[in-house]
This record gives sequence, C-alpha cells and structure tokens, in this order.
Amino acid sequence: METLFFLIITLVALISAILVITCKNPINSALALIMTFFCLATYYVMLDAPFMAAVQVMVYAGAIMVLMVFTIMLLNIRVDATKKHSHKLIFASIIGFFTVINLIVMLVKSRAALPTGPYSGEMIKMIGHTELVGREIFTSFLLPFEITSILLLVAIIGAVILAKKKI
Amino acid sequence: MENLNSYLIVSAILFTIGTIGVLTRKNVIVMFMCIELMLNAVNLTFVAFSRHLGNLDGQVFVFFIMTVAAAEAAVGLALIIAFFNNKESIDVDDVNLMKW
Repeated sequence: METLFFLIITLVALISAILVITCKNPINSALALIMTFFCLATYYVMLDAPFMAAVQVMVYAGAIMVLMVFTIMLLNIRVDATKKHSHKLIFASIIGFFTVINLIVMLVKSRAALPTGPYSGEMIKMIGHTELVGREIFTSFLLPFEITSILLLVAIIGAVILAKKKI
Repeated sequence: MENLNSYLIVSAILFTIGTIGVLTRKNVIVMFMCIELMLNAVNLTFVAFSRHLGNLDGQVFVFFIMTVAAAEAAVGLALIIAFFNNKESIDVDDVNLMKW
C-alpha cells in the first residue's frame, strides 16, 4: 500500500518537475513547481519528518513561491519574449544523461554506513519530531543558527538596496 | 518507511531535471525556479539519509538550506527586477555587459 502511494507521488513529482522546464508561460512553471514542493512535503511525512514537511509547505510553497509569482506578475512579460527556447537541447540532454547516471550510481551503489545514530522511528514517534529537531538546533547547532539571522539581515538590506530606483 | 534507494533515485532525477532546465531555458525566472528544484532534490537526499542513519543532523542542514534559499530568492528577485528596469527584458542572452 505504501509502495503504491510512493509510486503515485513519484509520478506526480516527476511530471510536475518536467512541466516546470517545459511550460512556455512562467506562471505555469511556478504552479508546477508548487506541486513538486507539495510532493516533496509528502516524502518528508513518509520519512518520519513532519516538521520538515510543515516548513517545506510554509517556507517554500508559501513564502518563496508567492514572492516569485508576485515578481512574475509585476514584470508583466509578453509571452512572445520566450522565442529562443531550446537550441541547446541536445547539449543539455547529454549533460543530463550523464548527470543522472552518475548520481544514481554514486548514491545507490555506494554503501551508506550502518544505522548508528540514536534516533529511531519509535523514538521520533514517542518524543515528537519538532522537539528533537529543536533540541539539535539549539544545542549542537546554536552558532550556525545565530549566523543564519545575520544572513537574513544581509539579505533584507541587499534586497532593499537593489530594488531602489537609483542606487 | 520505504527503502533508501527509491528516495535517492527520485532525488537524482529531480536534480537532473533542474540541471536540464537551467541549461536550456532563457528566462531568468524559470532558471531561478530550476535552481530551487535542485536545492529541493538535495534536501530530499539529506532527509532520506538522516532517516536512514538515525541522525537528525541532516534535517538541521535542510533547515539551514531553506533559510539560504529564502535569502537567495529575495536577493535574486531584486536583481531580476533591477535588470528588467534597465533593459526591459529578462532574457539571459541580454545579460552580456561583463562578457569578454
């Protein structure tokens, strides 16, 4: 049953990912990308990571894609602006073929280490995923977490400066 | 939980689709979306390995990658708007000011 569900989600994810790169209109690409993000959130739920799924839906499908759709509508691009579409298609197909072969061989054939960490599925279900991730972030990863706030501040100031009419 | 390999294969295919999109499309915004797709494929690999190894460090990394992606979206879209204000176009072939 779970395998069937996984296959259906995979089918939807791959079809919408292909739609992202084939649609003429950027709005359609953005909607297909949102569909892909929801499929990835479903994968995270299946991998016992519900907090990651919630963050995926809120941050990616919510914030980032709304920003992107807003920009597309703000710029008001003519559709005929996408004239030269695919003259590098053969080159890209060759690169993509070798990339996918390389990635699959490297990821699947290389032997991952045995399960060594302390977090089993039962423990995640018992304590709660959000609490465990929160403990990790605020103990082992406290310094990167604080640096992240500086990164966001720099991004805010940079976006405001770049979007001004005259710099 | 399914076995690890199926998630890794899905992630590899998604990453490759993103790569092909970046290489073929001319629209800056669509290229940007393809980069987001590649970032998400890497996130899926992180979460799958994290679950497989019973170690939550990978999921914390996914959290940080999402933060960086949000910052990248803000700055990148501001750059696209500034470029559109100057050239009235978002075609990457028109971005050749610094081309040698």
